[in-house]
Amino acid sequence: MSAASDALGRLRGNPPQPVATEIAHRPLDRRRRTLVQIGAGTALIAAIVVAGTVLSASAELTDLTARRLPPSLAHPFGTDWLGRDMLARTLVGLRLSLAIGTLAATVSAVIALLLAAAAGALGRRVDTAVSWLVDLFLAIPHLVLLILIAFAAGRGARGVIIAVAVTHWPSLTRLLRGEARRVAASDYVAVAQRLGHGGWWVARRHLLAHLVPHFTVGLVLLFPHAILHEAALSFLGLGLSPHAPAIGIILSDAMRYLSAGAWWLAVLPGLALLTVVKAVDTVGENLRALADPHSVHE
Amino acid sequence: MLAGRLAGRAARLAVLLAAVAVACFALMEASPVDPVDAYVGAEAARIGPEQRALIAERFGLDDPPLVRFGLWAGRVVRGDLGTSMIFNAPVTQVIASRFAASLALMASAWLLSGALGFGLGILAALTRRSALDRAIRVGAYTLASAPTFWVGLLLLTVFAVTLGWAPVCCATDIGSDPATASLGERLRHLALPAATLSIAGVAPIALHTRAQAVSILDSDFVTFARAQGERGGGLVRHRVLRNAAVPAVLLQFASLSELFGGSVLAETVFSYPGLGQATVQAGLRGDVPLLLGIALFTTVFVFTGNLLGDTTHHLLDPRLRSTSRRRAGRSRAVEVHT
Repeated sequence: MSAASDALGRLRGNPPQPVATEIAHRPLDRRRRTLVQIGAGTALIAAIVVAGTVLSASAELTDLTARRLPPSLAHPFGTDWLGRDMLARTLVGLRLSLAIGTLAATVSAVIALLLAAAAGALGRRVDTAVSWLVDLFLAIPHLVLLILIAFAAGRGARGVIIAVAVTHWPSLTRLLRGEARRVAASDYVAVAQRLGHGGWWVARRHLLAHLVPHFTVGLVLLFPHAILHEAALSFLGLGLSPHAPAIGIILSDAMRYLSAGAWWLAVLPGLALLTVVKAVDTVGENLRALADPHSVHE
Repeated sequence: MLAGRLAGRAARLAVLLAAVAVACFALMEASPVDPVDAYVGAEAARIGPEQRALIAERFGLDDPPLVRFGLWAGRVVRGDLGTSMIFNAPVTQVIASRFAASLALMASAWLLSGALGFGLGILAALTRRSALDRAIRVGAYTLASAPTFWVGLLLLTVFAVTLGWAPVCCATDIGSDPATASLGERLRHLALPAATLSIAGVAPIALHTRAQAVSILDSDFVTFARAQGERGGGLVRHRVLRNAAVPAVLLQFASLSELFGGSVLAETVFSYPGLGQATVQAGLRGDVPLLLGIALFTTVFVFTGNLLGDTTHHLLDPRLRSTSRRRAGRSRAVEVHT
C-alpha cells in the first residue's frame, strides 16, 4: 500500500508516510537508544563496584549452620561449603575482576597508542619493527603467552596482573597503526605541511585527534578480554591466590563440588561474570557507534 | 612459484621461531621460581644441600644464562627439546603423545564449530532482520562473552552429573587401559570437551559469515542474477555459499591460536590428558623445558594454520589461481573483506 498511498499523499501535499523500518533507523531514535545502553551498562558496573566494596567483609563471613544451601531469598546465590554467602563472594570477585581489567586494559591501550604513534610518526623502519612485534605476539596462542609471562613474574596476583596487562595490545596496535598511516597519507596533512605546520603540530591536531576516539573505544573493548583472561588464569591455578575471592577461584572451587550436586556454586557466579563482560562490551560497542557512525551501517 | 613461496614461508617460520625461543628463554630466566625446588616439589624438606648441588649440576644450572641458552638452542636445532621434569620423559615424546589426544579434540571441535557457525551465519543473513536473525546474533554475541571454562562446567553439570549421559572426566574409563580403550569409549569421553570447545568457536565464524553473506546479497551480481530470474536454493548455492565460504575457511584456519587456548581450558575442566592440560601442569609445577617446548610447538601449530588457510584460499578462489591476474584478485579479495 505504501507506494501508492505515498504517491497519493504527495499529490495532496501530505509528506510521505515513513515506513516502519525507517522509523527504527531514524538517527535520533538510534542515538537515544545508544546513549541509554551506555548509561545502563555504566550504571550496572558502578553498582557492582559499590556493592562489591560494601560487601567485602561479609564475603569472608563463615556460617557453619548455613552450609551448602541452594539459592533462596536469604541467599540468592546459595552458600558454599563453609556457609559463605555466594552472592557477596561473587560481587566482591567481580569488583576484583573489574579492577584488574581496568588496570590491564589501560596499560595495554597506552602501549598500543605509543607503538602506533611511533609507527606513524617515526618513519618506515620503526613501522616495520612495530608490525613485526605485533606478529610476534600473535604467533603464540594467547593463553600460552599468558602462562609463560605469569610464570616469569612469579605466578600469584603479581604474575596474572602483569600477564594480562602486557599482552592485550597487539590487535589495538594494528588498528591504531592503520589509522595513523591513513591520516599521515591524507591530503589535509599534506596541505598542513605545505602551510608550514611542523611535525608536532600535525601530530597533535590531526593524528591525535583521529586516534583518540579509536583509542577510547579500543580501551573499553579490551576490557572484556582482560577480565576473561584473568578469570581463566585464576581458574587454572596460575593466577590469584586460592584464598582470594575471585571469579576464577570461585569457579575452580565449584568444580570440586559439582558431582555432589551443588550446581549453584558454578552456574550463578559464571552467569554474573558473563553479564558484566556483556555490559562492558555493550558500552564499548555503543561508544564505537557514537565515535564512528559508519561502523553501524550494514 | 609454489616452491619459492614455500621457501619464503619456511624462512619466516625460522626467524619467528628464533625470536620466540629467545623471548621465552628470557622469560624463564626472569622467573623467580627455583628450578631445583620445582623439580623436587614436596620432597624439598628431605633433600640436603649436596643433593641440590647435584641436581643443579645435572640440569647445568650453574652455567651463566647465555651459555645455557647456547647449549639449549644447539640441542633444539638438532631436534632435542630436553627432558620434561614432571613427566620424566623427553619433551618431544611428551608433546607428541599429548598432542595426539588434543588433536582429536581440537579437530572435531574445529570442524563442528566451522560447520555450525557457517550454517548459522548464512541462515541469519538469508532471514535478515527477522526474529531468527536477531536470535542468532544475540546468541553469538552472548557466547562471545561467555568464559569457555564456565561453558564446560555447565555442560558437565547438565550432561555428566544430572543426566549421566557422558563421563565426568578423562579420555578413557577410570581403571581401563588407555592403549586398549575402544573407539566408542573414547568418543563418549571426547563428546563434552569437544562440545565445549565448539561452542567457544561458533560465535566469531557465525558473525563473520553473516556479515559476508549480507554484503554478497546486496552486491550487484546477486541483483543481476535475481533480475535474470535466479532465486531460491540455486541462487544461495551458486552465488552466496561459494563466495562466503572462502573468508570463512580463512578465518577458521586463523583461529587455531584461540582453539588451542580453549583446549587448555576444556581439558582442565574435563581432566582430558591432552597438551593443554600438560601446559597447565608445566606452568603450575615449573617444568621449564616442557614450557619452552610447548611454546615452540604451538608457534609452529599457529603458523601451520595460517599457511593452510592461505593455501586453501588459493585453491578455492579462482581469482588467485592464474598468476597474471593475481594482483587484481588480491585487491578484489581485500575489498570483500572490508
